[in-house]
Amino acid sequence: MIEIRNLLIQRNGRAVLKIDSLDIKRGETLAVVGPNGAGKSTLLLALARLLKPMTGEVIFNGKQLARLDDLEYRRRISFVFQDPLLLDMTVEQNIALGLKFRNTPREEFQARVWKWIKQLGIESLAKRRASQLSGGEAQRVSLARAFVLEPELLLLDEPFAALDPPTRVKLLQDLSALLVEDHRTAVFVTHNLNEAAKLSHRVAVIVDGMLRQVGTAKQIKSQPADETVKAFLQELPQ
Amino acid sequence: MLDSEIVQITFLSLQVSAIATIISLLIGLPFGTWLALGDFRGRSFILSIINTGMALPPVVVGLVVAIMLWRSGPLGSLRLIYTPIAIIIAQTVIAAPVVTGLTAAALEALDPRLRQQLLGLGASHGQMVWYLWREARLPLLAALMAGFGSVISEVGASMMVGGNIRGQTRVLTTAIVLETSKGEFGSALALSTLLLVLTYLINLALTWIQQRGHKTDRQSAPRK
Repeated sequence: MIEIRNLLIQRNGRAVLKIDSLDIKRGETLAVVGPNGAGKSTLLLALARLLKPMTGEVIFNGKQLARLDDLEYRRRISFVFQDPLLLDMTVEQNIALGLKFRNTPREEFQARVWKWIKQLGIESLAKRRASQLSGGEAQRVSLARAFVLEPELLLLDEPFAALDPPTRVKLLQDLSALLVEDHRTAVFVTHNLNEAAKLSHRVAVIVDGMLRQVGTAKQIKSQPADETVKAFLQELPQ
Repeated sequence: MLDSEIVQITFLSLQVSAIATIISLLIGLPFGTWLALGDFRGRSFILSIINTGMALPPVVVGLVVAIMLWRSGPLGSLRLIYTPIAIIIAQTVIAAPVVTGLTAAALEALDPRLRQQLLGLGASHGQMVWYLWREARLPLLAALMAGFGSVISEVGASMMVGGNIRGQTRVLTTAIVLETSKGEFGSALALSTLLLVLTYLINLALTWIQQRGHKTDRQSAPRK
């Protein structure tokens, strides 16, 4: 579904991400792990066309992203950031936002919004304003806001990083179930290899702006591709 | 001073300042948004000019606009000097940088990732800007109040380009100056009180709208 070839992204003349080749299959969840500042979020921004690469290409369903209309493409994907970034409106209105952008008929979007409100167990929050929510509740709303769009590609940038451990575990379980049930193609950025193992089919390791290894979490743990990956794995909390 | 004259002066003051504020909003909102969201060479320089413009002395504005509109000036053929339109032009020059600068500051205060989030949810550029304005509506309303406040209270520019002509271009502030110069302190004080009450009522209405939004936010304080 996604093919990345010779991708190079620079910031202030410095290469911040370099990927020679990476494929993501339809229905696959790919976790991207790596230390802080490795270039993981940059990859997501490039996949969302919120950052334009200097060279190389990203192919989406056989078509080069550079040749697709940005808006048309972005309406086929959805992005969840580390912070929920909800707007000052009710939970229900926040979840409906992307559908509104797409001029979805009102009767259809009500049904879709409520389907995902129920899926994420936030019925009691629907009429509440976003600023009234706890961190975990807000991130649930953020997930519902992304899933309601039924995107072809879901991009998740450390969505649970700011949450306390119990909330994180619960949300991770729910997201894992949703991704399995929904067969949604997703790219999930995380610091945590265990989280990556639970959620994803494959894991990509990025260190210092370079894609170092792609494989299952088990393969990466048992056979790190090089010393850099090995060093990264050793630094992870056990 | 006759009651009918006071009514006419008050109405003209409100009309001129309201029109100048609306024009400033039409200029300042898109221009301030462009400055806040843009990433281009010279952006900081333009912002510094706008910020300087926020403190423009009205007499300097009055002088420049008067030179432009003077009969022998570049726009003299339009015959606008000593008309209410000349006052509107001068007041717009005073208020537009205020609205522009405060709009840019309001939007820059938002989380920069909010733009990416809106685009990532499929917003067009126009939809993104609309929702950013919505999120910054309280400081944007403050920008509007500051713009109106800067023109309803100024006297130098109105005097210089309007000429303080009785029944034509006399506004509350220029009338206060005239009454004071004649030693009619009672009239000057009455007009000043009227100006203060009007300014207060308008700002009260805008503050009420602003605080209504703020109150909703406070009532819905984060529940951790």
